[in-house]
Amino acid sequence: MADFLLEIGLEEVPARMLAGAEAELARRTEDLLRRERLLGEEFAVESYSTPRRLAVLVRGVLQKQADTEEELLGPPVKAAYRDGKPTAAAEAFAKKAGVAVDELRTVTNAKGEYLAATAKRAGRDFAAIVAEELPNEIASIYWAKNMYWRPGKPERFVRPVQWLLAMLDGEVVPLEWGGRTASNVTYGHRVLHGSAPVTVHQSNDYISRLNDAKVMAKVEERRHRIRKALDHACRAVPDARWREDHPLVDKVTHMTEWPSVILGSFEPQYLRLPEEVLVTVMRDHQNYFAMEGKDGKLLPYFLAVLNTEPDANAEGIIRHGNERVLRARFNDAAFFYDFDQRTPLRERVTLLENITFQKDLGSYAAKTVRIRAVAERLAAHMSAAALDREALDTAAQLCKADLTTDMVKEFTELQGIVGGLYARAQGYSAAVTDAIYAHYQPVGMEDAIPPTVEGQVLALADKIDTIAGMFGLGLQPTGSKDPFALRRAANGIVKILAEGGLPLTLSQVVDATGSAGANRISVRTFFAERLESYLREVRGAAYDVVKAVLSTAPDDVRDALARVDAVAQVRGSDDFLAIAAAFKRMKNILEQARAKGERVLLDVDSSLLTEPAERTLADESARRATRVAQLREQGNYAGALATIAELRPAIDVFFEKVMVMVTDAALRRARLGLLARVLGDFNQVADFSEIVIAG
Amino acid sequence: MPAVADSTRPPQRTAAMTFQETLFALQRFWAERGCVLQQPYDIEVGAGTMSPDTFLRVLGPKPVRIAYAQPSRRPADGRYGENPNRLYKHTQFQVILKPSPANIQDLYLQSLQAIGITLADHDIKFEEDNWEWPVGGAWGVGWQVMMDGQEITQFTYFQQCGGLDLDPISGEITYGLERLTQFLQDVDSIYDMVWARDSDTGAVTTYGDIRLPEEQQLSAYSFDYADTTRLWEHLGAYEAECLALLQGQRSLPDDAGETQLRRFPVLGAYELALKCSHLFNLLDARGAISVTERVGVMARIRTLIVGVAKAYAAQGERIAALSGKVAA
Repeated sequence: MADFLLEIGLEEVPARMLAGAEAELARRTEDLLRRERLLGEEFAVESYSTPRRLAVLVRGVLQKQADTEEELLGPPVKAAYRDGKPTAAAEAFAKKAGVAVDELRTVTNAKGEYLAATAKRAGRDFAAIVAEELPNEIASIYWAKNMYWRPGKPERFVRPVQWLLAMLDGEVVPLEWGGRTASNVTYGHRVLHGSAPVTVHQSNDYISRLNDAKVMAKVEERRHRIRKALDHACRAVPDARWREDHPLVDKVTHMTEWPSVILGSFEPQYLRLPEEVLVTVMRDHQNYFAMEGKDGKLLPYFLAVLNTEPDANAEGIIRHGNERVLRARFNDAAFFYDFDQRTPLRERVTLLENITFQKDLGSYAAKTVRIRAVAERLAAHMSAAALDREALDTAAQLCKADLTTDMVKEFTELQGIVGGLYARAQGYSAAVTDAIYAHYQPVGMEDAIPPTVEGQVLALADKIDTIAGMFGLGLQPTGSKDPFALRRAANGIVKILAEGGLPLTLSQVVDATGSAGANRISVRTFFAERLESYLREVRGAAYDVVKAVLSTAPDDVRDALARVDAVAQVRGSDDFLAIAAAFKRMKNILEQARAKGERVLLDVDSSLLTEPAERTLADESARRATRVAQLREQGNYAGALATIAELRPAIDVFFEKVMVMVTDAALRRARLGLLARVLGDFNQVADFSEIVIAG
Repeated sequence: MPAVADSTRPPQRTAAMTFQETLFALQRFWAERGCVLQQPYDIEVGAGTMSPDTFLRVLGPKPVRIAYAQPSRRPADGRYGENPNRLYKHTQFQVILKPSPANIQDLYLQSLQAIGITLADHDIKFEEDNWEWPVGGAWGVGWQVMMDGQEITQFTYFQQCGGLDLDPISGEITYGLERLTQFLQDVDSIYDMVWARDSDTGAVTTYGDIRLPEEQQLSAYSFDYADTTRLWEHLGAYEAECLALLQGQRSLPDDAGETQLRRFPVLGAYELALKCSHLFNLLDARGAISVTERVGVMARIRTLIVGVAKAYAAQGERIAALSGKVAA
């Protein structure tokens, strides 16, 4: 057993691409070694990455493939010997199999007698195979954006390859790619270690050799060090803590090889600016962590993650530089804020005529008019007490006005938020300002829905207007292409309907746009897909449960959710599984009967049903059907399902005692009718025949 | 007060170079690494990339090492000289290395040392930033180089230019000279930066002494005075002349001689296209281009710039073919 190490040395790889590439390199290496029978029984794969390297270490690989034997079939015996002597055909076959002619055997099969041989294939060396195959795997790694760099453009990769290191224990595996030949040399931190080569003597030395050269190759170790250093730096300010920000921790982890943290401060006067603006400048533009006090309010400090380990003097220089940059950026933001206030949002609405939403759908002024109309139609489905209609209309009118502000032009990610903050500064009510502030929410499946009813309705109106408009132009998403983020908008609508308290159905939301005909149908189909994805990905519901519920074509998202929860709860119980199996059987019987041209009618002569077992099923199911319908009306799906499960004894006995497809046509029709009625009555919560029964 | 180091006291560091010393040092550094030093291009451009020394020299197979300072005008960024960080006209120091050498990042870091930066005293990061200039049909892959949180350089591996695929790939290093010097001199306003210091008297000339009137007046011209009707006329006239030249180049007879080919003014067409680009920027700053018009006007200018790139490449190929050399 040996350990194999590969490192690809690169110029700085974009932080957003590192984790995926590291995982892919590990997977491709493992798959290759498995395919080539080079993995030992107890192998283990570890991978590493920094901005300047991707690496994988596979422990427990085989130095050489095992030898193999292969049975080969040769020419017919009658062509193989002439006058008892082997012919050229026999000799060629022996050569191909790597055996002597007298080692050839004869086998008989359906076609006659043939020569046969056992060919021995010697296993190849690890180094030979890997040097030959691994470059293809490296070349196939996916990058969101890649580039050429060498004359003649022989390959593309994320950034130029600076070196390759490939070792099997202490031996170099001489693979070549990207104009580089692998050696046992790597490089340390650009500044802290400089350009001197770092020799790795054993594949297992890698991590410690790099550590000596000021590179922490393990991603999780860097993440841990950064978190510790952030905590530590915070202690200099009493009662302060840094704002948790997982994406930012992730980003700076992938931007550093040897991280450290400095604490900086800014003038408290900038705290007069909205916190959202300050945090955006710090986080999105400077990769700084914000700090807050016990009360959660922003403090005039920030934490910067460095890719170096400065001495005291250098730390002062670096802090001073970062503070200067932040001050200049805050100055800009303060200028935008004050300048923007000179033109109130109400006056900005007309300026929206100059901003195109989409060339065939017109300007944002036109979109504003549509949003108002859609919001009004949605509000009409709700009681007057449920929401403040006037506030909703004002918010709808003003919600896009912030697109004309310098603040949003500079910090586009603050659209909506800036509108809400400016509306507050300009004296609008909380109902108006909160609705504007949150109307782009939820931005993703993780994001919260708008907290107020007016905000939820406004968000629905904005998103459905975009979806219906784009579908109307034939610009719906196709495959992986969704340039207008319509899936995200539709997911947002489903999430708002599922998690808010609005009494609106999907049809009502779609119809509020006035969408009609084929367009309406394709939008509704699109929402069915989004509902399925929400139930499965956000709610984690099982595939078959979702399918069972969706086959009833639910229009009310919260109702669909309640059914999914109810079905998921009883799914494991014996009675329910038996019912599901029985329903599936009934469905099959009916389908087969229909396929044979049988007409299945619900309205049948039940006096023909005389067997006790079928009488019991008819009576029991009729009695429960009414009860189940009532419970369903009340939204008590758990109760409805429990009631259905009580049918199990009657169904079991029915299938045990009664034969459905009898020769007597009238009786057969009566029995089929009974089954059809049972299915029709009880499959309205969900189509149970979709439930997958294990085993 | 919380126990944070006093950030009002600047830490110890070596005396920073003046603005012109920084320029000298960069020029000397790159000249010593084989670059030809070119003078700034004498037509208005928005960036050093638009100088023909970059835009046209990165096309085709011929190796290039060239460096130059390029005053770059962006009318919409003008602030009448009142904003300490934004300028109507700033200076880019542009380096083109074609083909890009394998140690280009190391060379770049050495150039920072050459302008007095001690690498160990700073936090330097190469952050993803992929440059593109859609109007020029040009894009590349690279980084913005951050020093202590400040962007000081744009670093690009050119992939396409004028809509043409490039081979060999050029490495482009663009230093923002004002930002870099302001940062090194640690002054809050660009205008307080020391441009030159008299070595005899120690008398200081600031950036503001040299450039403030230009910022005040050219901002006012761009935002308040420029006659938009006439700007549109100029744009139309330069465009027509550029298009006529491009047509003329396409119409050169198949048997055109080497002299006729060499003398055909593709470079003249490029200057006309650059004029159009600057006029567009002026009209834009003046608020004279509506959103609906904007895309259309940009497409017109793209036609000119991309047309010139294609004409330049074709000219090179025809001359090479005539000279009996292998065409690009």
